[in-house]
Amino acid sequence: MKAIPVVLSALALALPAHAAEITNLNPTVFLAAIFALACFVGYYVVWSVTPALHTPLMAVTNAISSVIVVGAIVAAASSGLINGGWTAKILGGFAVALASVNIFGGFMVTQRMLAMYKKKGE
Amino acid sequence: MQQFTTTWAPLLYLVAGMLFILALRGLSSPATARKGNRNGIIGMAIAVATTIALLWPQLDVTTWGILIAGAAVGGVIGAIIARRIPMTAMPQLVAAFHSLVGMAAVLVAAAALYAPAEFGIGTVGSIATVSLIELAIGSAIGALTFTGSVIAFAKLNGNMSGSPILLPARHLLNIGLAAAIVALVVVLILSSGAATWAFWTLTVLAFVLGITLIIPIGGADMPVVVSMLNSYSGWAAAALGFTLGNFALIITGALVGSSGAILSYIMCKGMNRSFISVILGGFGADDSGGAAAGADVDRPFKQGSADDAAFIMKNASKVIIVPGYGMAVAQAQHALKEMVELLKEEGVEVKYAIHPVAGRMPGHMNVLLAEAQVPYDEVFELEDINSEFNTSDVAFVIGANDVTNPAAKTDQASPIYGMPVLNVEDAGTVLFIKRSMGSGYAGIQNELFFKDNTMMLLSDAKKMVENIVKSL
Repeated sequence: MKAIPVVLSALALALPAHAAEITNLNPTVFLAAIFALACFVGYYVVWSVTPALHTPLMAVTNAISSVIVVGAIVAAASSGLINGGWTAKILGGFAVALASVNIFGGFMVTQRMLAMYKKKGE
Repeated sequence: MQQFTTTWAPLLYLVAGMLFILALRGLSSPATARKGNRNGIIGMAIAVATTIALLWPQLDVTTWGILIAGAAVGGVIGAIIARRIPMTAMPQLVAAFHSLVGMAAVLVAAAALYAPAEFGIGTVGSIATVSLIELAIGSAIGALTFTGSVIAFAKLNGNMSGSPILLPARHLLNIGLAAAIVALVVVLILSSGAATWAFWTLTVLAFVLGITLIIPIGGADMPVVVSMLNSYSGWAAAALGFTLGNFALIITGALVGSSGAILSYIMCKGMNRSFISVILGGFGADDSGGAAAGADVDRPFKQGSADDAAFIMKNASKVIIVPGYGMAVAQAQHALKEMVELLKEEGVEVKYAIHPVAGRMPGHMNVLLAEAQVPYDEVFELEDINSEFNTSDVAFVIGANDVTNPAAKTDQASPIYGMPVLNVEDAGTVLFIKRSMGSGYAGIQNELFFKDNTMMLLSDAKKMVENIVKSL
């Protein structure tokens, strides 16, 4: 946990220094690199989840996958003045509602389940 | 502002992604899990706040209205469901939530196609090829996650029979649908995104594919299906993360995708079936189990009463309880906990043994026992407890069947041969609560019922346990 701020400030410092190289990098490759590494992180993190918590795991992965709400917000913020803007706005509005069900429902039901797991005598 | 967009916002999304990793990391133990969930909530808050900050200059009253209305309606519905849902209904709730993520992915992909400038991927009719591939994949996977999850929900919730529905030439049909979707992606790319009809047609075909993929899969294979749809919802989110160039979405998609894939693998291994054979479907009848009776039930077996069971357990020194889906159906977990408390007062050592595929989703039994206030350190996984059955006096099987069937170890002809099972027959006495003498979901007779050390308690699980409590 303590390492995170350190890593972040290092990244922030490193970014401008290497800006020249990064502009030459295909952005999709850059994103693919993050994706590939995150798949490995996911693989190891999920294997370390105790089987007793597999149901909360599904509920919480459900909740975090509704981070798709960021796309929904971008869509809902589309300008009504551009071509297709209103279509995107309305689609985005519905997507925000669906993702919100999941964000609130997902985290709350996970919380509710986790609160029930007690040790002997706890 | 420029610096915020290019530097700080991506970093904040990265932080959100890292907090999501920590949310899953917390689940390695029940002691750290609640803190993990809080990390997830903070991550989500950071992601939403960053997005709002990025869009701040263009947020007008209408947009605020849409955002607030959407969040309020969705949030209230989500909160109400989360509070009221009974723990036994968790599998169908998770399926329903997957369907929402799938649908949201479809909507976001469509919005990106109609207003590409807002997503920074080009202009209408000239969208970057790579973005078109990403949003087409996102929409297709999202659509199939949506309908697939709706079918899974209906099967788990009992709105639809759990029996497999086998369409003629279904494999050919599915391959045809998949091929048509790929062809339409090509059409969409060739038109640089102008052919919105291609987008909608491929999305509709993916909706159909979600249905045709899931209906042939039997109710008992639903743990695999729910995990698989979990994985798909992740991949859909990741695909759109590429479109948006958003770290939080990409990291989350990868996490959720691998999580679902691993859970599917664990479930398949728990049933000794290959993932392919589950996905192809056609295995297993209705999940009520008893319906499939009709095998030779006129063989002699020992039947006991609640008094007999109470007497045997009171005089035991160690009892292992094996819960299964039948316990969830009968809502017997609270009565069971009461019974265990009484046994403990008599000085009996009690443990719970959980098979990986007990219940209708991964870890379902653990949640139900936790709800009944069973401490988690009394609940053990198959590999940790299987060697203890031969030192225990009683194995108390409640609502489980196939996961205890010794045929999996001895009978090579059995469809469940090779599946890891709980060695309940090694215990001094096996008490087996069951509604009737019917076979389990696999339609296989359980030799265990006819063993000398087995006593069948034929009754509804909850009633039987309550009667045992009275006798104690």
